[in-house]
Amino acid sequence: MKYVDEYRGEPEAQGFARAISRITTRPWTIMEVCGGQTHAIVKFGIDELLPKQVELVHGPGCPVCVTPLELIDKAIAIASRPEVIFCSFGDMLRVPGSAKDLLVVKASGGDVRIVYSPMDALKVAQANPSKQVVFFAVGFETTAPANAMAVFQADNQGIDNFSILVSHVLVPPAMEAILSSAINRVQGFLAAGHVCTVMGYEEYGPIAAKYQVPIVVTGFEPLDILQGVYMCVKQLEEGRAEVENQYTRSVRREGNLPAQELIRDVFRIVPRKWRGVGEIPQSGLGLREKYQRFDAEDRFGVTDYTAEESPECISGLVLQGVKKPFECSAFGTRCTPEQPLGATMVSSEGACAAYYRYRGVRASALAAATKEI
Amino acid sequence: MAQALKEFSLACPIPIEQYPTVLLAHGGGGKLMHDLIERMFVTSFGNPLLAARHDGAVFNVDAGRLAFTTDSYVVRPLFFPGGDIGSLAVNGTVNDLAMCGARPLYLSVGFILEEGLPMETLWRVVRSMRQAAETAGVSLVTGDTKVVDRGKGDEIFINTAGVGVIEHDQRIGPDRVRIGDAILVNGDLGRHGIAIMAAREGLEFECTIESDCAPLAGLVRDLIAAGVEVHCLRDLTRGGLASALCEIAEAASVGIAIKEADISVREDVQGACEILGFDPLYLANEGRLVAFVSARDVELAMQVMKGHALGHGARMIGSVSCDYPGSVMLKSRIGSNRIVDMFTGEQLPRIC
Repeated sequence: MKYVDEYRGEPEAQGFARAISRITTRPWTIMEVCGGQTHAIVKFGIDELLPKQVELVHGPGCPVCVTPLELIDKAIAIASRPEVIFCSFGDMLRVPGSAKDLLVVKASGGDVRIVYSPMDALKVAQANPSKQVVFFAVGFETTAPANAMAVFQADNQGIDNFSILVSHVLVPPAMEAILSSAINRVQGFLAAGHVCTVMGYEEYGPIAAKYQVPIVVTGFEPLDILQGVYMCVKQLEEGRAEVENQYTRSVRREGNLPAQELIRDVFRIVPRKWRGVGEIPQSGLGLREKYQRFDAEDRFGVTDYTAEESPECISGLVLQGVKKPFECSAFGTRCTPEQPLGATMVSSEGACAAYYRYRGVRASALAAATKEI
Repeated sequence: MAQALKEFSLACPIPIEQYPTVLLAHGGGGKLMHDLIERMFVTSFGNPLLAARHDGAVFNVDAGRLAFTTDSYVVRPLFFPGGDIGSLAVNGTVNDLAMCGARPLYLSVGFILEEGLPMETLWRVVRSMRQAAETAGVSLVTGDTKVVDRGKGDEIFINTAGVGVIEHDQRIGPDRVRIGDAILVNGDLGRHGIAIMAAREGLEFECTIESDCAPLAGLVRDLIAAGVEVHCLRDLTRGGLASALCEIAEAASVGIAIKEADISVREDVQGACEILGFDPLYLANEGRLVAFVSARDVELAMQVMKGHALGHGARMIGSVSCDYPGSVMLKSRIGSNRIVDMFTGEQLPRIC
């Protein structure tokens, strides 16, 4: 397939792997920020090609995983109302709230629908004027423009039976939170290519300089990731801490300016709680006052919710790259994709689910055992 | 019988002006039900066993082994590119018999119809079943019709059960899988899954992706007739290739090693998967099988498959090994290994 196969060639991948080995003289810990990259790394076995000294740790860039438990509970409360058609991207439906997930709401008679774009949810609202249509607006900067466009259009066209439950998060504040943590191990980043397609990468310069970490904007295909790792290791070995762009076929320094303008028009920057991590200041998006009437939390009065995470789940540590999934005592036993304790086991982009699916419990146990020896 | 065998008419035999939709009475045991059975089902599926109008079909078989299977069909939407619930209900059960190494002979059909179903819709489904049965060389010999209250069904549910005869001495099943067996697939993967998904969700791709729905009994018969030692067969329906291989690896306590580069996925299906975040290994097929054959018969098996209309795109995708018993190991395109596991629930489209 054009523009895909070219980035999945075995000889080229092996070539990059050899090049990385050649320049690596010391152990390095590199975090890929985005869940899409985690998925590709585990699916294609990219980390297996790397020299032992280069360790990839998986970052907090899976929107499903970092959406806080109480927000899932809010979604469930709204979706359970008889007048509501609740629209969501598919992989949010299986994320467990405190007591149940959205699939259970659907099974109990709630009108919960999978859509592929917030604009589809807007169409549902137009087609069902007697219903309240709510879209679960989760995601990073990548999904923000489309969600902003849905609200903008709803406002423009006077579609008042539409609202969004917002849980938007931003990548750079999360990277800073990780870097300033006392338990941080991350020495370099592969920044999320799609986030940077929207936002550009100018905002990463100050982070690279302040924390002295190389940041390489990286794509999602195996060769992208291997090249990103190569560029990152090269910087580390040479003692540089710069922002570089591997994903030049998609990312420009300034990003997508009209998309950014739309985001700024509809959203403002707010503090957000990240599941498993806690609240990070200035790390999310909320609706601006002029669009506040499209806020589902206000509309359905679900503003004050609190929820307790499973004490056994270490997804917060996994998301910060401190622990690997198989280092969790519940991994593959009390926590599986069928019965997840935390969100990293739910989404296909979640580190725990990716390990479970592509490594298997046995292989992971083996890896853990080998590591101990 | 004369009525049953009379020339098949393409017009709906139930007068639309009188009964444009299915009524509860069409399943009530009275005149309306009698008319529906006589005019639509007996005429369409016309064969002597059905025309006997008995409570069941009575037939002779040669002494030997029989295969018997059943499946229910609840697909949404009822009609999709490349097939419909009717052809699916025939081919699905035919294929289950074929996977037992049997020659499918007779099918039963149970319809559960929702009150208010347009008669024309039922007629389209029945015509499609007739066509599929003819292509697969099976007869629909007994049946049942129930009508449920509006809102208590979803237009049409169909159950089919099938009987087939096994006309050879080979035993086919997971317990016969041996280390070294070659693993063959008769073509590209994932078309049915994407066709249904596109039709259900109103997704528009540049071109229409058609389901691969087809009867596989002929292909299996050719393999066996050619003398290929077939150890295990599985049609790659829900859960796709990945789930079928996982089940066989576990049941046979063997390791299965496959190569991603050898698995054929059409470009349009691959494109849809890239957009939706799906893995084609898990997508449903309705005209694809995986065959475990003795290593020494690989060439013969490939030759037979490629010589059959449903096997032009056949590929050998891997082999059975003694490593990782109970697991499926995939060599990815870039040359690393990963485990292929069963999926939890359905594949759900990813956010980004």
